[in-house]
Amino acid sequence: MTVKEKQKIINDTIAAFINYIAVHLPDDVVSRLEELRAAENDPAALSIYDMMFENMRLAAELNRPSCQDTGFVQFRIECGSRFPMIHYLEDLLRNAVIKATHETPLRPNAVETFDEYNTGDNTGTGAPSISWSIIPDWDGCAISTYLAGGGCSLPGHAAVLMPGEGYEGVVKFVLDRIAEYGPNACPPLLVGVGIANSVDTAAQLSKKALFRPVGSHSPNAKAAEMEQLLEDGINAMGIGPQGMGGKASVMGVNIESAARHTATLGVGVSFGCWTHRRGKIVFDRDLNFTTDTHSGFTIGQ
Amino acid sequence: MKKIINGKTILTAPFTEEDIRTLHAGDVIYIDGEIVTGRDDVHIRVIKEGMTLPVDIRGMALMHAGPIVAGTDEGRFRVIAIGPTTSMRMEKLEYDFIKQTGVRLIIGKGGMGSRTAEACREFGAVHCVLPAGNAVVTASCVEEITGAEWLDLGMAEALWRMRVKGLGPLIVTIDSSGRNLFEEKKQEYKKRRDEQIEEISRRLGPLL
Ligand code: SF4
Repeated sequence: MTVKEKQKIINDTIAAFINYIAVHLPDDVVSRLEELRAAENDPAALSIYDMMFENMRLAAELNRPSCQDTGFVQFRIECGSRFPMIHYLEDLLRNAVIKATHETPLRPNAVETFDEYNTGDNTGTGAPSISWSIIPDWDGCAISTYLAGGGCSLPGHAAVLMPGEGYEGVVKFVLDRIAEYGPNACPPLLVGVGIANSVDTAAQLSKKALFRPVGSHSPNAKAAEMEQLLEDGINAMGIGPQGMGGKASVMGVNIESAARHTATLGVGVSFGCWTHRRGKIVFDRDLNFTTDTHSGFTIGQ
Repeated sequence: MKKIINGKTILTAPFTEEDIRTLHAGDVIYIDGEIVTGRDDVHIRVIKEGMTLPVDIRGMALMHAGPIVAGTDEGRFRVIAIGPTTSMRMEKLEYDFIKQTGVRLIIGKGGMGSRTAEACREFGAVHCVLPAGNAVVTASCVEEITGAEWLDLGMAEALWRMRVKGLGPLIVTIDSSGRNLFEEKKQEYKKRRDEQIEEISRRLGPLL
């Protein structure tokens, strides 16, 4: 295969995957929503869940984006240091976004800051956003894609607390944000919490947490316990689908953490709406791919 | 006109004051007939710039929405995707908008504030939430685009007239007595938040 052919494979695969994500929710989100609907007994909440499932069905049938806000495109790349196409990835991802914008079509949402114009193709300075981590001594590459809606990006927040405020301070920080802005962010939400040194690291980890599967647990036993306590506590607030009241408020709470300065307690929180459109594709060195987020995705459909 | 079919409450536009006054916060309804879309710019034109709406919407429904619309080969328009946008952005101008236009049913996302609730009570109107993120189902409730006004505002801000069938579920959040369900819910959530902060912190104590 020539480099050009390889570039085309990545470009076409990612563009098709973005299209697929815009139309089909990931498997983990669908099964959690099924569980939440099964547990619900409030009639208004049930009518909302029914509408959500009918929307998923129709979106798939008509191959149309499930929500009119197709979001701001964000990528997380976990790239093997020996992945042969590493040099080309950023350009290929940008081109895939342009292709998907025209073909799906996605709503053009990217506006240049200060110059205040819509670029028309969802790319721009720093758009799509791309964050990298390099995996030493691997020749494959995992690319995660997220279509971040405006409504659920809005309540995101980060701050540095006094260490004396402790984990209770983190709990209060997260629940305050949810009570004030959660009902408007299209719940049931996926909540990502980052705990780290400063606003930047905490905020980044909170977004990273949204890429973890719904129902996954932190490998740290204490963090996992806190995830469960937060999930149960927020559900007990009874925000329900669309903020109109109901048994569940969230699909889950994922916490990511890092070491911090002894004098700081950075905390960030990011939210994903019920239309949590994210997925992950893993390429091997020959560009064969697999995905465990969307079992229905094949190329050429 | 208000009727109940298979347990579903269906209102047909235009709505009488009596139809609207029988609705209560928390009711789930569906609507048939002609509605219009209008968001930030439509409100600004009417209230701040004193322009007259190109359509008489007395007794009708207004949806806070910016649809994705495509042209058809026959030179008509077709809705591809449509969903409600955050109603609270219109709060500042909605009292005067309801008063001036005589609109009776407002559809959007999230709640609205006390001024809108006041207008609903005084003039006999309601605000309803349409579940967001359901752009395809909602588009399938639109039978036809019957008019496109103020297109110079752009696709999202223009005033679209459309005929809908079974648009819903719409959950009445502000009724014509001025009861504001979303506000009540928010107070409940805040109260439970305080209880939960205490409860979680108590259980975290021995853990960390
Ligand atoms: S928050 Fe999500 S579901 Fe709601 S309107 Fe935005 S993208 Fe759509």
